[in-house]
Amino acid sequence: MFDIEARGIARKAKPGNFFILRTHEQGERVPLTIADFDRERGTITTVFQKVGKTTHHLGTLNEGDFITDVIGPLGNHSHIKKFGNVVCVGGGVGIAPVFPIARALKEAGNKVISIIGARTKSILFWEEKMRNVSDDLIITTDDGSYGTKAVVTIPLDEILSKEKVNLVVAIGPAIMMKFVCKTTEKHRVETIVSLNSIMIDATGMCGGCRVQVGGETKYTCVDGPEFNGHEVDFDLLMKRLQGYIPEENIAMNHIREDMARRS
Amino acid sequence: METMIEEKKTKPRVDMREQPPLVRARNFLEVPYGYTPDEAVEEASRCLSCKNGPCRQGCPVEVDIPAFIALIKERKFLDACYKVKERNALPAVCGRVCPQEVQCEARCLMGKKGKSVAIGNLERFVADYEADHGDMKIPELPKPTGRKAAVIGSGPGGLTCAVDLAKAGHQVTLFEALHKPGGVLIYGIPEFRLPKAIVEREVEYIRKLGVELVLNAVIGKLHTIDELLDGDGYDACFICIGAGLPMFLGIPGENLNGVCSANEFLTRANLMKAYLFPEYDTPIKRGRRVAVLGGGNVAMDAARVALRLGAEKVYLIYRRSEAEMPARKAEVHHAHEEGIEFMLLTNPTRFIDDGKGNVCAVECIKMELGEPDESGRRKPVPVKGSEFQVEIDVAIPALGTRANPLLTKTMPDLTVNRSGYIAAEEGTGMTSKKGVFAGGDIVTGSATVILAMGAGRRAANGINDYLKWKYWEFKA
Ligand SMILES: Cc1cc2nc3c(=O)[nH]c(=O)nc-3n(C[C@H](O)[C@H](O)[C@H](O)COP(=O)(O)OP(=O)(O)OC[C@H]3O[C@@H](n4cnc5c(N)ncnc54)[C@H](O)[C@@H]3O)c2cc1C
Ligand SMILES: Cc1cc2nc3c(=O)[nH]c(=O)nc-3n(C[C@H](O)[C@H](O)[C@H](O)COP(=O)(O)OP(=O)(O)OC[C@H]3O[C@@H](n4cnc5c(N)ncnc54)[C@H](O)[C@@H]3O)c2cc1C
Ligand code: SF4
Ligand code: SF4
Ligand code: FES
Repeated sequence: MFDIEARGIARKAKPGNFFILRTHEQGERVPLTIADFDRERGTITTVFQKVGKTTHHLGTLNEGDFITDVIGPLGNHSHIKKFGNVVCVGGGVGIAPVFPIARALKEAGNKVISIIGARTKSILFWEEKMRNVSDDLIITTDDGSYGTKAVVTIPLDEILSKEKVNLVVAIGPAIMMKFVCKTTEKHRVETIVSLNSIMIDATGMCGGCRVQVGGETKYTCVDGPEFNGHEVDFDLLMKRLQGYIPEENIAMNHIREDMARRS
Repeated sequence: METMIEEKKTKPRVDMREQPPLVRARNFLEVPYGYTPDEAVEEASRCLSCKNGPCRQGCPVEVDIPAFIALIKERKFLDACYKVKERNALPAVCGRVCPQEVQCEARCLMGKKGKSVAIGNLERFVADYEADHGDMKIPELPKPTGRKAAVIGSGPGGLTCAVDLAKAGHQVTLFEALHKPGGVLIYGIPEFRLPKAIVEREVEYIRKLGVELVLNAVIGKLHTIDELLDGDGYDACFICIGAGLPMFLGIPGENLNGVCSANEFLTRANLMKAYLFPEYDTPIKRGRRVAVLGGGNVAMDAARVALRLGAEKVYLIYRRSEAEMPARKAEVHHAHEEGIEFMLLTNPTRFIDDGKGNVCAVECIKMELGEPDESGRRKPVPVKGSEFQVEIDVAIPALGTRANPLLTKTMPDLTVNRSGYIAAEEGTGMTSKKGVFAGGDIVTGSATVILAMGAGRRAANGINDYLKWKYWEFKA
């Protein structure tokens, strides 16, 4: 988790927005969600998972360090209004982007039930923050080390069977969002997801982030990142997320060798 | 006199020496080496110094071509460069990338009988000579006017406008969405055609003129135009954001892995320096067999980058014939020499999945030229039953670009046409919104570097007048 000083972005950020950062001159442009912002301090908060070169590099930074570029706020912000009953589902690092949306929905007068899930207890975070903005909070872990031993779709299915829900917001790994949408489709509940396609410029210039929504090609960076989950082709998204795996492995090995040399 | 002209006409054009095709096809160094001073003088000596300079009419910014070439003849290379710079702020760029064969050189009298004077090469030479020998000449700036202007977008149009506004004494801020300034000159046109050091030098110049450069600033997101005009105290804005939205074919399989727009491919390679991966973090697909779809400069650049990344075969698939290709002639020639395989009168119909979500082939259909269409070019029509497949692992659609609505959709009071291009007055760049000017590709659609620069200059003049008189009347 990081707070980044970026006064301009903090001033404009809204729930649902993301930003791009580059850690150093040779670095790549990596999109991360604005999980929280403090307009007074001029900071934005982001939570990330170490999956590859850039996120590992970010993990080695200390308080007071600088990163080369921060660009944002990008993407469309969430559509917040009074829907009635809403369920917010956050999986893994997806908990972070769900938080400001849940908070805004709560402030708009909705009844908010949140479900947060992770593989195991040690990587679960922001339980208190989420509890503070939710009428009810359900926690799941895949291995049962904390909360209910389940995936997020199980309590979601139970809730939707029990009560009338007007909207579900789900953010997490593509596979989780796919199954959340399958569940909500069964109950005919409108579902918003936030997609994490691979991006470069994030201004609509390259088309690298394209996804298929409702049979049409859309750019996640400018048309999204939020979409109607029932229209998203998740299988395509998952395939496209795999697009650069061989290259990313090379990059990871490169950084490992680099670190080994230095230590 | 007659004999002198005859003599000049028989003199051969001095070609620029270049890296041998098979060597350069595997590196990212610039293709031509540039003239030596003697070669430049030799080529300049072919110029007839025509009195009314027909070549000038072919140049969109009317560089005084006879005058600068005359100075080369006298070996006054620095003066020659300053002469060019009176009209064109970026000669090192234009000398390299202008489509001279349809502009200045198309009108050259020498071209009537033999080969036109190599105006572009000479322009490049004097600019490079200045870079190597001259100090960067920073003009004396007038007394500050106390007026503030914002330029949005740091492509050739934005850079030119910012320079002119700074020279007029205004306080100028240049906002750029990306982390490097230069627009297409940085993210689109590859190093081997336009070394990035040249663009950086031009940016250095505008910094020295006192222009404040704000990178990573996506206008429309970080600030809106209204905020700049009302809250931040800018008196005028010039929008020059290019036409950066890539077009796709809309055929099946276009979202497979391995299919990426030329914009993506070139941005990875040029802006992110992915050809130096893994020294640089951004990856790029190094295809073994690559198909590039299109026939413009963008297609040529993508094909030649793919080759330099190590492809065994690069196919350039274009639905018309070579004569209709909009790319610069010099680059078509270079591409041929380097071994790019041209598949003309051929149109892709679908991409084929290898079963794992990656492209493994492209299906194409043969075309033949039919009746001329609205543009006067003969329209290609498919030949029934002529489908065939080409095995590939990377496909790069380079089909042109459209207006990016990111900024304009935050400005409901700005008139745009049906395709999203901004409506602006040709002579001044004035738009329907008071204080807002626009020019370059976002007004005209994808055009050329020099046309964007011309628009930047006219807008700077328009802004000057507006700041003086505050008069606004927009007739589109
Ligand atoms: C709008 C948006 C918001 C996001 N918010 C968050 C967040 O809040 N927290 C978080 O941990 N992650 C978030 N991500 C995902 C994050 O961008 C990737 O995990 C990150 O780019 C990985 O970079 P890397 O160099 O560490 O890994 P790499 O080794 O480059 O890649 C590892 C995996 O990350 C994905 N990836 C790689 N490059 C990109 C890229 N440029 N854009 C997107 N995904 C990529 C691929 O699926 C790849 O398999 C978000 C993505 C998007 C598009
Ligand atoms: C690959 C390629 C090769 C080409 N080759 C040639 C050639 O050989 N000869 C030739 O004459 N022309 C060529 N062109 C065309 C030429 O480059 C363009 O016509 C020219 O660059 C247009 O200039 P511009 O100033 O209008 O915009 P651009 O150069 O497109 O610059 C626009 C800038 O605005 C920035 N921007 C966009 N939106 C925002 C925003 N909301 N906020 C802040 N900044 C923003 C962009 O990031 C970009 O830096 C080529 C184009 C491409 C893509
Ligand atoms: S700016 Fe371009 S068109 Fe004009 S003289 Fe120079 S090369 Fe020719
Ligand atoms: S038309 Fe050709 S020969 Fe005549 S002045 Fe221009 S460049 Fe020289
Ligand atoms: S990231 Fe380039 S268009 Fe979305």
